[in-house]
Amino acid sequence: MKMKGSQAFVKCLEEQGVETIFGFPGGAVIDLYDELLNAENLTHVLVRHEQAAVHAADAYGRVRGEVGVALVTSGPGATNTVTGIASAYCDSIPMVVFTGQVPTMLIGNDAFQEVDIVGITRPVTKHNYLVKKAEDLIPTIREAFHLARTGRPGPVLVDLPKDVIASMVNYTEPKPIKMRTYKPTYEPHPGQVEKACKTVLKAKKPVLYVGGGVIHSNASETVTELAKKLDIPVTMTLMGLGGFPGTDPLSLGMLGMHGTYYANMAVANCDLLIAVGARFDDRVTGRIDAFAPNAKIIHIDIDPSSISKNVKVDIPMVADCHHAVTAMNAWFDSSKDFDARAAKEQHQQWHDQIKDWKNRHPLGYVEEGEVIKPQFVVQKLHELTHGDAIITTEVGQNQMWAAQFYHFNKPRHFLTSGGLGVMGYGFPAAIGAQMAAPDRTVIDVAGDGSIQMNIQELATARQYKCPVKIAILNNNYLGMVRQWQELFYDKKYAHTTLDVAPDFVKLAEAYGAVGLRATKPSEVEPVIKEALKTNNTVIMDFVISREEGVFPMVPAGKATTEMLLV
Amino acid sequence: MKHTISVLLQNKPGVLSRVTGLFSGRGFNIDSLSVAETLEKDVSCLTLVTHGDEAIIEQITKQLHKLIDVIKVTDMAEHEHVEREMVMIRIKAEDETRAEVLRVIDIFRGKVVDVSPKSYVVEVTGSKSKVQAIIDILRPIGIQEIIRTGATAITRGKKS
Repeated sequence: MKMKGSQAFVKCLEEQGVETIFGFPGGAVIDLYDELLNAENLTHVLVRHEQAAVHAADAYGRVRGEVGVALVTSGPGATNTVTGIASAYCDSIPMVVFTGQVPTMLIGNDAFQEVDIVGITRPVTKHNYLVKKAEDLIPTIREAFHLARTGRPGPVLVDLPKDVIASMVNYTEPKPIKMRTYKPTYEPHPGQVEKACKTVLKAKKPVLYVGGGVIHSNASETVTELAKKLDIPVTMTLMGLGGFPGTDPLSLGMLGMHGTYYANMAVANCDLLIAVGARFDDRVTGRIDAFAPNAKIIHIDIDPSSISKNVKVDIPMVADCHHAVTAMNAWFDSSKDFDARAAKEQHQQWHDQIKDWKNRHPLGYVEEGEVIKPQFVVQKLHELTHGDAIITTEVGQNQMWAAQFYHFNKPRHFLTSGGLGVMGYGFPAAIGAQMAAPDRTVIDVAGDGSIQMNIQELATARQYKCPVKIAILNNNYLGMVRQWQELFYDKKYAHTTLDVAPDFVKLAEAYGAVGLRATKPSEVEPVIKEALKTNNTVIMDFVISREEGVFPMVPAGKATTEMLLV
Repeated sequence: MKHTISVLLQNKPGVLSRVTGLFSGRGFNIDSLSVAETLEKDVSCLTLVTHGDEAIIEQITKQLHKLIDVIKVTDMAEHEHVEREMVMIRIKAEDETRAEVLRVIDIFRGKVVDVSPKSYVVEVTGSKSKVQAIIDILRPIGIQEIIRTGATAITRGKKS
């Protein structure tokens, strides 16, 4: 069927199951926007800054388990997406970003709003394309979606020159995609499964270390089954939160720099570490030679380059987490060597030891009379939403308090910029999450610093009637950097004091949203309740204890057992 | 340790920068690099020489493999192979040295590919050490310019 490139673009999105895209128009993509007016099954969300479009698409994709889509114009539109793309790349988020480009005859000419976005984003995309010929348009879009959602997911960028979009193309029905050079391994090697399972049976002090891969591959249930079957304690990375129920007795909470005392102690003392969809990031391992020093390590990951990258692995398993853990469960179910009761007994001492660590240093904070503690706010959010809200975060202390104190029980409920650590992620992500799940409660746990990095999206939230709630933990500081300065730089607070700040209540009102403020602990619950029953975008401004720190904390470069405690 | 890695890749625009960008971005070294098309028109072979410990070489091969346009990655250290490099040298060759230069080239089984009244251009192919050896020997005579291709390599045929 002959049609315009712009028509084919919309048709391809629809055929890929896309319902919502986030974007911002401009000269190079004006034809696409013209065509979007005719697209009945496609909602376009007009953001106020292109970075927000990408974070929103990221969150939309995470909540739905689908590919998020963003559309922006050439030049500055394209460069504004770079932070969002890099964040999605670090967190392995399936996403396709379409950028406009100047007409092919002008490429390389330093034309108006021309930038080599394919060159710029090469290191932060799974793959990217410049579509130079009209006949390549449709196959490229299809391949981009295929790459984004399969294997280790990631962002794919497609650069669309204006003349390519405007030319006539021949639309044909999609066929299964075959790529000569790209064949991700989903099924684990049976020999490795057996080897891993036999090693698990021998372990006296095992720990499951669960990362974002468990969430991407929808492996939460199978991982939970494995943990319960063998009575193995589970710790999660920031990206893995919700991959195993956080309130389960087997949960150790998060590990790493701001992980729990008992998670870090368990990993440091375990004799077997089973890493599932995690990548041994420096924030997790601390000083590498002191990380799980006495443990055998099993590592399940779909990306071979993740294996033995930072830590030498004893039993690698290149596979999709869901497939691999399912295979392990099946092996135990059919093995005559496995006896659930014996496994429990074998781990009893280990559980006693962990219980002792939990009692000695539980996750906590010191209450301080009439001052609001940020941890208390997050606890209250958890309580009043029954632990069922979708929580997004900015980056810094707010992110860590949300991770520590909102005990996530289900996957796809915690959206954060884990690898890149983008301040300004949480609010646009909350909008994306709300578009993906209109009936759910979505809360951005923010700081007064980071919320200002994408505050302009209040207009987007209002325009699309997203009743997202923003909980600002307001300490008038760039709190995490201030905490480092307090601990490691003799309390010299270099440029971390936010001396001029907006009145967030009035700011909300200026956009037609609702602003609420709490200045003492007794006001926290009424403010949250009020926000939750308001069918509008709400900013909750919690004036918190100014110099509260995030603890436990492993100072950078130290062993994870060298924690600073509350 | 030095490794020669052979990479088959789809001959698409920007593919070379994907490879070199990977090396610079991840802090890997490239000692030399050569690339040209293969029997298949849309497939190129890139031979690169790099160095690093076992873990680094493992990462290099895995990261190369992860690039979507890469078809195959071969670490030549794991195979019987033949490795060659070519050098072209423009060397001063005046009355008193003309014969001496020719003798040296003959020993190295090189060829003179350009002659002018005061210089020769010679071509020598061989292992990296052989190429280095002729450069070292000719240097005192007066090398004006050299150009080296970097190593390229092919696996040997099966013995049986």
